[in-house]
Amino acid sequence: MGQYILRRLLIAVPSLLGISLVLFIVLALAPGDPFSELATNPNVPPEVGLALRAKFGLDDPIYLRYLHWLVAMAQGDWGFSFVSRINVDTLILQRLPTTLYVIGSAQVLALLIAIPVGVYAATRPYSIFDQIANALAFIGFSLPTFFTGILFILVFSVTLDWLPFVYSTDIKATGIKWVGEQIRQAIMPVMVLGLFQAASMTRFVRSAMLDVIRLDYVTTARSKGIGQTRVIVKHVMRNAMIPVVTLVALQLPAVFGGAIVTEQIFRIPGIGSLLISSILANDTPVVMAVTFVFACLVVLFNLVADVLYGWLDPRIALR
Amino acid sequence: MAGSTLVLPSAERRTYSPWRETWRRYRRHKLAVVSVVLLLVLVAAVVLGPFLWRVGINEIDFNARLEGPSLAHPFGTDDLGQDILARMIYGGRISLAVGLAAMLVSVIVGTLIGALAGMSRGALGHALMWLTDLFLSLPQLPLLLLLIYLFRDGLKAVFGPEGGIFILIVVVIGGLRWMPVARLVRAQFLSLREKEFVEAARALGASRTRQVVRHILPNAIGPVIIAGTIDVAAAIIAESTLSFLGLGFPPDTPTWGRLLYDAKDYLDIAAHWALFPGGAIFIAVVAINFIGDGLRDALDARKVI
Repeated sequence: MGQYILRRLLIAVPSLLGISLVLFIVLALAPGDPFSELATNPNVPPEVGLALRAKFGLDDPIYLRYLHWLVAMAQGDWGFSFVSRINVDTLILQRLPTTLYVIGSAQVLALLIAIPVGVYAATRPYSIFDQIANALAFIGFSLPTFFTGILFILVFSVTLDWLPFVYSTDIKATGIKWVGEQIRQAIMPVMVLGLFQAASMTRFVRSAMLDVIRLDYVTTARSKGIGQTRVIVKHVMRNAMIPVVTLVALQLPAVFGGAIVTEQIFRIPGIGSLLISSILANDTPVVMAVTFVFACLVVLFNLVADVLYGWLDPRIALR
Repeated sequence: MAGSTLVLPSAERRTYSPWRETWRRYRRHKLAVVSVVLLLVLVAAVVLGPFLWRVGINEIDFNARLEGPSLAHPFGTDDLGQDILARMIYGGRISLAVGLAAMLVSVIVGTLIGALAGMSRGALGHALMWLTDLFLSLPQLPLLLLLIYLFRDGLKAVFGPEGGIFILIVVVIGGLRWMPVARLVRAQFLSLREKEFVEAARALGASRTRQVVRHILPNAIGPVIIAGTIDVAAAIIAESTLSFLGLGFPPDTPTWGRLLYDAKDYLDIAAHWALFPGGAIFIAVVAINFIGDGLRDALDARKVI
């Protein structure tokens, strides 16, 4: 197992390097130049601009620039935000917990919906329940998150006036009331993201269950006289959940996409809305860093999924 | 089963041409058939709409601001009194065109890379698959936003504000969605290239290109069609997301996502403004997804229906 984890880690490093290379090439190919403002600013003499370019290594060959950038990123020197006037890493660290909290709760909600519904639908394939669940799942992942978000605001905030639609960071309450408000304002974003995830997950769970439920060992378990619930939970689900883990991890890039949109709609101060506001404000260091953080998170969770996969199915780890 | 058909060639079980057979199987999926009709209506509406509904998309009428649906404005008006139906017809053309064009990009790139990886027996195949896995683990939306942010102005200068953004969005969305197609094509190629009919073609002296184009590719096309269909829906969502975040087409180009973006601050007084474009995106996407589902049933020969 230890060896397996090590091997997975060694695979994760090249993909991180690959992603960083892609990001850097994109940045290097892009027209425009961080110092273009200096060049056009009449108050800055041209030789100062040139000296600055040389100091920051902008005239170096591209592989040297990549190496410098990579070393700086690895050392935690992520640059300085032009707009917020603080270091990029501090800025991201302030915002990251909110994003992880929303995404995490949404994933939990999605699993809580998808596993029971998918399992129940798979035990009764083509029944009314299965067909309704299937149709709802289809509708669920065809509804873009920005539209569900707007519909939720329309129903729960504008019409019913139950939930706030702007996420606030400084809630004026203490103790249990503060916790209550925190949960209340997170309900809509988490629902939007969670239901979207649940829709595609339900389909994964159902088809994974159907693949396993037909196997001979399940029939054997049944013929031994084990009850239906026990067969499903102990025998079928255990094996059916293995591919689901990978599929959930593969969905993560889409989850982050959904998180960016949700954060933007509900004005949640996470890294997704940070990305949008930095793009609108031309704050390149922050844009690059946030994109890289998203990429790292994807690689990290893929790694976690691989390790879980090896733990759930020891045959994988031995290979 | 094959034996019994030889002995008893039943009269009812006639054989049809492949396309007719596909249609016969497709028809069984009721929702997919309904979806084709819905999508055709939608396409007809955006293509023929401007000839039937002759209201300009930029006609400002401050006397009719934020009005709900009425006879004069079936879908209501926005904060400048512009007709939402006319704007949606115009925007729908762009949204659907982006979907189709981005799908073509992703299918062409994916098929090319998948075919190369599937036919090569050496390092090239491994390298291409590593690239595919790398692209699969890229965070799509952040990267999409980053690319648009970096290249927007340059392309705008060359191709004009609308054309430049159109090319950029299509290339970037298509360029970030080819991986599933590449994987499917490679898997198909790996199994097909060892089949007897390909070996026969090879024995007859068919060149590698001819083997691929005449024999392997036509047999691998089913999953590609399905993936391509789903890609249209995904591309429409991606474009609307960009526009919704205010980073897609320029503000005066009313794509469906852009209409939602403009409408989101008026939800309490003009809900119709958001509901119509949002509904249009939803109908287009759900119809395309159901068509993909129907095609999956129809093109998978192993599935008995």
